[in-house]
Amino acid sequence: MTATLTKAPPRDPVQPDRTWLLLIFFVITSAVILISHNGEMLPRLGSLGTLLKKPIVEAFMVSLFLANILFAYLWRAAPWAKLLVGIGSLIFVLPFAGKEDASLLDLSISIMIFAALALGLNIVVGLAGLLDLGYIAFFAVGAYTWGIVASPRLGEVLKYYGGHAGAAATPTLAFGVVLLLIGGALFTYLRRPGNTSRTDSTSFLQAGALVVAAFLAMLAGRAIFTQGDTRWSMPVIWLGVIILLLPLLAMGIQRLRGHNVLGGLHNYKQFLTGLLAVMGVILVVRSIVVMNALKADGLATGINPGFFWLFLALSIMAAATVGVLIGLPVLKLKGDYLAIITLGLGEVIRVLANNLGLYTGGSQGINGIKSAPVPWFDKLAGLVGFTDDQFYLVFLYFVVIAMIGIILTVNIRLDKSRIGRAWIAIRDDEIAAQAMGVPLMQTKLIAFATGASFAGVMGMIFAAKQQFIDPTSFILTQSIGVLSMVILGGMGSFPGVILGATVVTLLNLRILPGLGEQAANVSWIPQQVNPGQLQRLIFGVILVTMMLLRPEGLLPSRRRTLELHHEGNQEDDSGHGSGGGLNAGPVEVLSPGLAPAAEGERSGGAK
Amino acid sequence: MDLATLLPFLVNVIVGGLVLGAVYAIIALGYTMVYGVLQLINFAHSEVFITGAVVGFEVFRVLKDSPLDGYLKLLIALLAAMLISGALNVVIERLAYRPLRNAPKLVPLITAIGVSLILQDVLRVIEGFQGRFDLTYTLPGAFTTKFCAAASSCAPVGTFLRNIGIDLQLKDVVLLIVSGISLAVLNYLVNHTRLGTAIRAVAQDRVTAGLMGIDSNRMIAATFAIGGALGGISGVLFGMKFGTVNAYSGFDPGIVAFTAAVLGGIGSIPGAVLGGLTLGVIQNLIGVTNVLGSVVGSANLGAIDASYQRIGAFIVLVLILIFKPTGLLGKSNVEKV
Repeated sequence: MTATLTKAPPRDPVQPDRTWLLLIFFVITSAVILISHNGEMLPRLGSLGTLLKKPIVEAFMVSLFLANILFAYLWRAAPWAKLLVGIGSLIFVLPFAGKEDASLLDLSISIMIFAALALGLNIVVGLAGLLDLGYIAFFAVGAYTWGIVASPRLGEVLKYYGGHAGAAATPTLAFGVVLLLIGGALFTYLRRPGNTSRTDSTSFLQAGALVVAAFLAMLAGRAIFTQGDTRWSMPVIWLGVIILLLPLLAMGIQRLRGHNVLGGLHNYKQFLTGLLAVMGVILVVRSIVVMNALKADGLATGINPGFFWLFLALSIMAAATVGVLIGLPVLKLKGDYLAIITLGLGEVIRVLANNLGLYTGGSQGINGIKSAPVPWFDKLAGLVGFTDDQFYLVFLYFVVIAMIGIILTVNIRLDKSRIGRAWIAIRDDEIAAQAMGVPLMQTKLIAFATGASFAGVMGMIFAAKQQFIDPTSFILTQSIGVLSMVILGGMGSFPGVILGATVVTLLNLRILPGLGEQAANVSWIPQQVNPGQLQRLIFGVILVTMMLLRPEGLLPSRRRTLELHHEGNQEDDSGHGSGGGLNAGPVEVLSPGLAPAAEGERSGGAK
Repeated sequence: MDLATLLPFLVNVIVGGLVLGAVYAIIALGYTMVYGVLQLINFAHSEVFITGAVVGFEVFRVLKDSPLDGYLKLLIALLAAMLISGALNVVIERLAYRPLRNAPKLVPLITAIGVSLILQDVLRVIEGFQGRFDLTYTLPGAFTTKFCAAASSCAPVGTFLRNIGIDLQLKDVVLLIVSGISLAVLNYLVNHTRLGTAIRAVAQDRVTAGLMGIDSNRMIAATFAIGGALGGISGVLFGMKFGTVNAYSGFDPGIVAFTAAVLGGIGSIPGAVLGGLTLGVIQNLIGVTNVLGSVVGSANLGAIDASYQRIGAFIVLVLILIFKPTGLLGKSNVEKV
């Protein structure tokens, strides 16, 4: 598959009509994939059957089959044929092949989950130009949101709170609501447009004080959690006093030093009110959990899985919220700094998943995550011949197809909207965009939140599919994997990133393991260089060669291609210092006159 | 634990943090030098430095039974690691970064990530051929003994340290000295030689430096060589400090060191050192927060244990970047429109 993909066909208008070629290819590959996954038919084929059964051959067949959809997109063919091939392969052939071999369904779901992740990251990196290396954290948020409530974890959390109820629940609830209301109201008041005084820098002193304040606030939060039947202990009271006094102290010191006090204090005020609101939320949630602790036994296997649909929405909201929370402080930064800081925050979420054992099961992970029961769908699937244990897979397969459809539509619509244009403007030149009236922070936050929400919903589906999650699914390598999908396919191009996700996932889940198994049988290949174990190397090579040879990706968006081939010439600010020969580089010189033509192009490659 | 025992304990934690911080500082210098010249986060530096650690391991392994003096072995290990890491860094620059000199900033950054992934697996394969994964340093016996174990042979400084209860191994002292020497040499190289002047000129303005007859490509290669050599040194020191390394263990210290570079103001050499030392101390303090909690009598502090050490660096990084993006000693960079 890779061989066919690496040279993306030139899309010239004189491409021949390939309707029949497409149909023939579709029929042949479908037949092969149906046969090669049919347990009854294979033995009858004799040696051909054993050949088809080999993992690497099977991986090759699957790749060829999936190439159908790519060809349907790329080739010039009659629309009905394109539609037939697309719908035929996704709705009919794949599920039917999957009926005999559930791993194929699993693979298709994985591919689509990663395609959606890549589409989300594409918004953040490809359109808005914000390099996010911690993207997988949002995936984790979605996965844990559903994982905790739809598994025995929920019962254990309730039991724990039943045992550590602390103060009476109702007053706590009331107190929490009051805190939340006051904090929220003050926060909104402070963030009113007229109320935000603009200071360009915060002094080092303020930063230090805020560090201490944040640390102390963390301790205070912790104190509320462990506040058992005892009253507030003396240290906690002192901590509270210090937290409240810190800003005053800082203000006093500042006044002595003659700095701009009120402007600099603005951050404190917002921080403190935000803290108030967050503490309110914690108290409310805690008291609700405590009140429900009695139901722990009833919820020993998680909530009613019928809440799947509600949580589909909730996981989107949770991931988007986390996206905004992470984005708010860090989106001021650009380029490398943003990359490294998002990487860090992604790691923070992973470490939390590892350490908050009560909620996430720590490194043991969460077991027994349920998926939604849909009786009529199960009946339908049963009629077609699926077995009971496959129902949830088929269901998730169609859910994920629908989700991809929705996400793709949202993407295309967003790309053509004002927001999409604002993203691209920011990516291309932040200062110019700001000068033209694009609200930087808001636009970036929308990009972050949109990308995060896609990841969140897919995380939830991932949890339901795997029925088990643990922190190893959310490590940095995964983030880089998704990034390599986006880059391989072509940043900013929707078909491109889907293609990239397909190629990388196939490589990861089928081709490399298949090759590895094959190589294990060959005596002269040492185990150390077994391709099944060289995933990092292969991703690294993909990233480097793509950047060196074809930075615009396999299916680039046209605008991006023009950009990448232009910038080298337009902003050549590096002296090739060899004896002052400034133009020594063998750069291909394109006419700058091409640039205006590029301006009219919409990026995204939706067409 | 009461206050009387707490104080020496804290002092030890801080001194240990400084030792750790010295290693971070040298790694951070590798990042900061490359960043200063190319404005590129060399993600592959963490692997370059682990390569140095692996070379150091091999040297110590090969020389294990030789009658050479321990310090000589260390010197050989350091030189070999410097040579190989430096050469590796130059090769990486030539193959992966130079062709992309004029590309948008995102492109070399992604390449750097790719190179880092490649190196991880290459290292693993190379060591895997010998059936090794975790490389445990076999240091000369003298290094792991306590510094100033016998009072008779102690210098006044050693006696003083012993009296105030600071507990160091000999290797920690060696480590501090080696990093100190590297710093001094680097400082001389950058500030007092023609090469250093040329590198600083290229870092400031590549075009103008080119007009002055400086070959910027060669200067960038030299920067990478120096950065790689520093990586080699820090790799050996890291191996000495922690005892065990493997192909993947570069990520964590690499990130911490990068944080250190940012904390001090990226591009600034004294900044990198200051940042490294600060982060080393912070990490060590986070590691013992639960002990401190037991002293203060707060169970809440006890919940923060060593597994949060990793987060410490990141949180510091976030706070710095939010409030002082130029770092402690960095100069503010005004963007021209």
